[in-house]
Amino acid sequence: MGKTLSEKILSLKAGREVKANEVVTVSPDFVLSHDNSAAIIQEFRQIGLKKVAAPEKIVIVLDHVVPAASEKHALNHKIIREFVEEQKLPHFFDIEAGVCHQVFCEQGFALPGLLITGSDSHTTTYGAFGAMAIGIGRTEMASIWATDEIWLRVPETIKFNLKGKLQPGVMSKDVILRLIGDLGAEGANYKAVEFAGEAVASLSMESRMVMTNMAAEMGAKNGYFEPDALCLEWLRGRARKEFEVIYSDPDANYEAIYEYDLSSLEPQVACPHSVDNVKKVNEVAGTSFNQALLGTCTNGRLEDLEMAVRILKGKRINRRIRMLVLPASRQVYLEALKRGWLEILAEAGAVILNPGCGPCLGAHMGVLAPGEVALSTANRNFKGRMGSRDSAIYLASPATVAASALEGQIVDPRSYL
Amino acid sequence: MKGKVWKYGDNVNTDVIFPGKYTYTLMPPEEMARHALEDLDPEFASKVRPGDVIVAGRNFGCGSSREQAAACLKAAGIQAVIARSFARIYFRNAINLGLPVIQCPEAVEALEKGDEIEVDLQAGEIRSDKGNFRFPPFPESVIGILQAGGLIAFTRQKLREKGII
Ligand code: SF4
Repeated sequence: MGKTLSEKILSLKAGREVKANEVVTVSPDFVLSHDNSAAIIQEFRQIGLKKVAAPEKIVIVLDHVVPAASEKHALNHKIIREFVEEQKLPHFFDIEAGVCHQVFCEQGFALPGLLITGSDSHTTTYGAFGAMAIGIGRTEMASIWATDEIWLRVPETIKFNLKGKLQPGVMSKDVILRLIGDLGAEGANYKAVEFAGEAVASLSMESRMVMTNMAAEMGAKNGYFEPDALCLEWLRGRARKEFEVIYSDPDANYEAIYEYDLSSLEPQVACPHSVDNVKKVNEVAGTSFNQALLGTCTNGRLEDLEMAVRILKGKRINRRIRMLVLPASRQVYLEALKRGWLEILAEAGAVILNPGCGPCLGAHMGVLAPGEVALSTANRNFKGRMGSRDSAIYLASPATVAASALEGQIVDPRSYL
Repeated sequence: MKGKVWKYGDNVNTDVIFPGKYTYTLMPPEEMARHALEDLDPEFASKVRPGDVIVAGRNFGCGSSREQAAACLKAAGIQAVIARSFARIYFRNAINLGLPVIQCPEAVEALEKGDEIEVDLQAGEIRSDKGNFRFPPFPESVIGILQAGGLIAFTRQKLREKGII
């Protein structure tokens, strides 16, 4: 019996042959943390060690509340900057860089065959490049800083075999929402999910990142695509270290295999208050909302902004809607600026925010009042996440968000393209 | 160590293990233990004895990532939790706080409330009148974490042994 990508990466790291359900102690290639680094620093100090074990593996990106929204947040950032200085950490990205998951990929840390852990649940994003990337807790991160080691259980794998081609106006966000709706928010708990099949070739790297990002929302430990020519091309000139491409064996053991035909997929929406409460856009068409959010680590990349630009160019979004645009990173922001896209979106009435997490976690920049509703391209719609306990969030693709902002109510974007 | 089985069903979530209303106050472990499983089994906290074992169905510990949901069971003297499956974050939190969590569907199938059992982590075996059940033994490093009483203590111990701190 062959092995899955996760079994192979963990076998290599453990220095012995391991299969699903075994536990290994391994040393990750890179470890990510963000504004929560301050809490990790506190735990690290408790261990009593002066120096981190492997400074060259630590990647820190300030993104959650940037620029600092209060004195408390400012102090949090200050503690991190001082630690970075003290420990001489080479991979530190301050508030201008963007949301951690986008920065991590753009900067060439997300590479095929690597084992990456991050103290953020959407660390799964890096599986778009064939890495095994896993979200962990803060205590664990402090311990990795101290020892350069972590224990992991080798996951079983669920495979999604994707066929066909998406219709215009239907995006990879719609695919992953549908899969989460079908499998449920715990459906891939502690497991790896492999996105495979002939349809993958037609998905851009950006589209793949949306799906691995949201694999976390079905409970997955890691989600991945096997690297292809497009992936290797994307990495050219970016890769921070040498890597070896790892694939699942053809006779690998999967816990389940699901088949999907993307050709017939309609735009989808995750309705309040859980990510697996997924319906077709047409089932909730006409629902009104107050705030549209285009951006975040899920859908704040160039192809997402481009989709909105195509729909909103030369038009004015509905006066009842506040639309926030949050490019995922400085690189995305600059490129969109050069292409004139930010101008088009601002002219349509959108507010352009600085790259980062922005309003996604309800800490600042566009929080919701009681009774308000957001339509967002982010990845979570838990009750109260973007502000008031009595607010609600619908999740959809950039196309659906842009077309709906134009109309002032949720609409199917396909006729706008 | 021998202990008695407390048996529960599927999807025992972190809210019923340790209610949300207590999560944002600092609480000593003995007090956490008094609230353990409060909303699922009001008898539990007063009758549990050191060495007892929880046996449950699928997805034990689903829901929030609160670490207290593992800490309170440990404080109550629970020796191990055996389930068909665990929610991922709960599984990690439990080990990192020093509470052994064992996936063993065969044992869950066979064991009933009140059964007397013994859990041998090193050997990877659960022994009882209903039979013996094997599970993949934890590697030494994880046993080390459990024996030290959690990850931070374990890390400190390891670094001390190496003379680093
Ligand atoms: S954009 Fe939202 S989901 Fe992504 S890392 Fe930031 S807070 Fe988390």
